[in-house]
Amino acid sequence: MAKRDRLSGNEAIAIALRQINPDVFPAFPITPSTEIPQYFASFVANGQVDTEFIPVESEHSSMSAAIGASAAGARSLTATSSCGLAFMWEELYIAASNRLPLALALVNRALSGPININCDHSDSMGARDAGWIQIYAENNQEAYDNMVQAYRISEHKDVRLPIMICQDGFITSHAVENMELLEDADVKKFVGEYEPEDYLLNPECPMAVGPYSITDYYMEAKRNQAEGMRHVERVVLEVAKEFAEVSGREYGLFEAYRMEDAEYAVVMIGSAAGTTKDAIDRLRDRGERVGLLKIRLYRPFPAEAIADILKDVKAVAVMDRAEGYTNHGGPLGADVMAALYRARSQALAINYIYGLGGRDVRVEDMEGVFATLKQIAEDGDAGETYRYLGIRE
Amino acid sequence: MSNLTEIRWHGRGGQGAKTAALLLADVAFQTGKYVQGFPEYGPERMGAPITAYNRISDVQIRVHSNIYDPQYVVVVDESLLEAVDVTSGLKKEGAILVNTSRPKEEIIPHLKGYEGKVYTIDAHKVSMATMGRYFPNTPLLAAIVKVTGIMDEETFLREMRASFSHKFASKPEVIDGNMAALEMALKEVR
Repeated sequence: MAKRDRLSGNEAIAIALRQINPDVFPAFPITPSTEIPQYFASFVANGQVDTEFIPVESEHSSMSAAIGASAAGARSLTATSSCGLAFMWEELYIAASNRLPLALALVNRALSGPININCDHSDSMGARDAGWIQIYAENNQEAYDNMVQAYRISEHKDVRLPIMICQDGFITSHAVENMELLEDADVKKFVGEYEPEDYLLNPECPMAVGPYSITDYYMEAKRNQAEGMRHVERVVLEVAKEFAEVSGREYGLFEAYRMEDAEYAVVMIGSAAGTTKDAIDRLRDRGERVGLLKIRLYRPFPAEAIADILKDVKAVAVMDRAEGYTNHGGPLGADVMAALYRARSQALAINYIYGLGGRDVRVEDMEGVFATLKQIAEDGDAGETYRYLGIRE
Repeated sequence: MSNLTEIRWHGRGGQGAKTAALLLADVAFQTGKYVQGFPEYGPERMGAPITAYNRISDVQIRVHSNIYDPQYVVVVDESLLEAVDVTSGLKKEGAILVNTSRPKEEIIPHLKGYEGKVYTIDAHKVSMATMGRYFPNTPLLAAIVKVTGIMDEETFLREMRASFSHKFASKPEVIDGNMAALEMALKEVR
């Protein structure tokens, strides 16, 4: 039986983690993710979990300790935001290249500078090529559901890669919303016990983790990592199918909202997708054929499936909540446009940078984006493809 | 969405505007509503102006923006009347609730010609009389429930007692004071 509740995004993640009861959770606080280890520490103190909770002195150490625990054969994770993720940079690559299926609960926040505590995706977008699986949430329910599904994906024997479960700082992490929780026993059964094949604390089979790789082997090691990534899309869908049986909630690689006959589409990640859905409903009431493609799985990038949904629209706006400083747009824009090119799509595509440092996105802003798409389709020319939404010039 | 109620709270860091918004979300949830309660932080320091928001609806809430055209505004600290444009976007069919010991007539000239209803509550008086310390958010919570009429008083008090019993399980002695503050505030809204 599901339980109705109202929780902040951080509480929702902490409760998912209590239900999962991981083996090791090293943590160092940073706004806006601090509440996750804070709530979890109370579960430890109350004896509701038997997790080894390790307060450490930095994010460099929290990720290092999570890696050490995972290499030893434990189910581990940590949580962070923004500069905390930046301080884990070296370790992110170590976790991925050693094929360690640990989790990171990331609460997206702008990177300094200027110093800012609010939401954008510059932290996780910078880590998009680190070899981690990245999954994003629109709201608290999705953050919780993604966390429950995380280890089933990352620990799958065909994958064995670390996973980042992302949600928008403050916008969902500190907002109380309605949601449904699964029963503890259902989560426990769904996630299952972690049984690593190879691990350091196995006296039957001594092994090394993270040794030097000479030039003769380095490329094969990296190709092997890519092989793990190749299985992620399939495993994400398999896990989502099983999750739907338990929860009644369906997930895919992305969500296509009112895309069936859409002529104009927005592609985006995170909480502003909910705002965009309200804009779409308003415009649909006026007869406009508009839709949304909300990315759930960003790494690996399901390019073919995304292009398949988008290829026949007249115009598409790709929304990036992070700069790329390419002079051409942001990272999601580059990924989507490459996917459309490979699919030989004729859709006109533009790329917006929006919402940096917590800049608010209103329903009216998104209605404006759709009006722009309609205009460029009428003109037959995308014009400037690299734009800023709601910037004061 | 005609059944959507949007409320904006103006307070100063440390006064509990965010907590009040979360408590309101909580009690509205208990009556079967869909809710949002969230803060907007500027500089994080005691005394800096902060804003918090509530959406309360009969259907699922998907929008994740701040609230620009609320039906209701609550001003937790009357010194903000000079510092912040508290009536910005406030619908004239709605109302503003100001925490003050002054009579309404002295507050209205500071509201930039706002044409809707104006309510006041002396949360300091209520708080000191019932709890012996200044916690403005408990009286303001009751006052905004009364002003908005989002639930009847009996339901509100019943749900709040349940909520306080859970929240203050380790210090039950404060439950009666908080309940007395709610009951007094319901009567003191002007």
